Amino acid sequence: MTPKTILSRPVYGTLSPQAGTHHLFVADAEGGGAILDMAKAAPEGFFAGAHIIYIPREAGAAYTGPLQALKPAQYYEGPSIAAALPRQKQTLAPARMGRRLYLAGTEGLIGQAMQAALDAGIDHGSIQTEQRGSLARRVQCVHCKGITEDVTTQPVRCSHCGLLLFVRDHYSRRLAAFQGVCINAEDQSEIPPIEEAFR
Amino acid sequence: MSTGASKLDVVVSNVVPVNELVTRFHFRRADGGLLPTFSGGAHVIVEMRDGERARLNPYSLMSSPLDTSEYTISVRRDDLGRGGSLFMHGKVRPGDRMVISYPVNLFSLDLRAKKHLMLAGGIGITPFLAQTAQLAAEGGNFELHYSVRTAALATYAGDLRARFGRRVSIYHDDRDERIPLDRLLSSQPLGTHLYICGPAGMIDWARARAAALGWPAETVHYEHFAAPQPGVPFDVTLALSGRTIHVAEQQSLLEAIEAAGVDPPYLCRGGVCGQCETNVISSDGVFLHNDHWLSDEDHASGKKIMPCVSRFAGKSLVLER
Repeated sequence: MTPKTILSRPVYGTLSPQAGTHHLFVADAEGGGAILDMAKAAPEGFFAGAHIIYIPREAGAAYTGPLQALKPAQYYEGPSIAAALPRQKQTLAPARMGRRLYLAGTEGLIGQAMQAALDAGIDHGSIQTEQRGSLARRVQCVHCKGITEDVTTQPVRCSHCGLLLFVRDHYSRRLAAFQGVCINAEDQSEIPPIEEAFR
Repeated sequence: MSTGASKLDVVVSNVVPVNELVTRFHFRRADGGLLPTFSGGAHVIVEMRDGERARLNPYSLMSSPLDTSEYTISVRRDDLGRGGSLFMHGKVRPGDRMVISYPVNLFSLDLRAKKHLMLAGGIGITPFLAQTAQLAAEGGNFELHYSVRTAALATYAGDLRARFGRRVSIYHDDRDERIPLDRLLSSQPLGTHLYICGPAGMIDWARARAAALGWPAETVHYEHFAAPQPGVPFDVTLALSGRTIHVAEQQSLLEAIEAAGVDPPYLCRGGVCGQCETNVISSDGVFLHNDHWLSDEDHASGKKIMPCVSRFAGKSLVLER
């Protein structure tokens, strides 16, 4: 469960089957387990109208077999989030109302898949989300605007401009990223300890 | 007291009979200036001073939001109502001075939508006249499906067809034509929002089908002003102001509270906005709830009432006002 801090910090729930004519799942790593848990409560025939886009990453080997055993109408496995996103976008582009979206897994996956869904016209409040596995963050440097992926430490060095960034809970759905602000702007020779903060 | 909204002194600049049941009223600002801007779906509260009686009824603005030199509303005559529409039809003449509220929008377009699917029934067409004018000016993507009783009562159907052609479909009850709701709901591109304005039965039908076909609640918008119903008179004690008031047969509870000099907040006076929600301190009798604001749980609890449209029958009612 993600702790509630400031309003923009996303809060995730537990996947539950929604009324709809098609169901698109996008998940990575331990998020596969969230789909399997939800499947126990799904009505008969639910997955006959489902499409699962799954990125196993390191944790996923245990989930790929059981996910395929749900017999979704379409099943895809991708090597990375970046590789899977075009498939999600192509699936949503011609879609009709009645298609529901379920996102499960790391915060980075949920954020980027939701960003693509918003562009397709889906209201964020109608998307089912469940966070499982890593809380590593996507961070946008407010100074150079570059995005640093899989941030686990506080502070973190921007992978683009090299500034040392304090990672805030302030989140942007539009950018699918947390905000990183220079932590030592007054005196850049002052280097605070860098500790693991987002597991 | 209306929440956050001041009042506008207007002159009735035109009164135009549209068909057997509907008459259109045009208002211009009494001081000759421009009226406040509004967005499609907004309504105003029209104050009707009828001798000793004051009625305040909400009407959707139907004129184009691009033109604030005048506001227009269309009023359907209701021979069995409390007399507001009969007053408008029978007594209001061009040149009359009236007071209306600033516009308030409880039925606005969600401009993030990729497409707007509109369903109208009868006089529920009025907010869509403003919304379609607004969207057409911005190149917005919309489709309007309008259900009417007969061609003779198809208020503004001809104007809409002339303006927007095939984007408007008309369905006549007397020709057994029905909105093909499931087909429409199943064939809309992702990112479409649904808007419904019409009789309560139509709204319930469309909301239920949309939910069953997987339309998220965030994409479904509807408006139905409940008219306050006349009913058996009853007495109410207002605990905070220490008064006991009598609600007459043709009066709403909110109007009776106002007549006693107490000014509860309001916005829509149609059971929609929630502003006049009032706590019940004690009651011995039956609530006649008529609003779309309180939950079923609230209705059953006997702890809350919307005085703009709901009534009470029984021995005693004490409100926190």
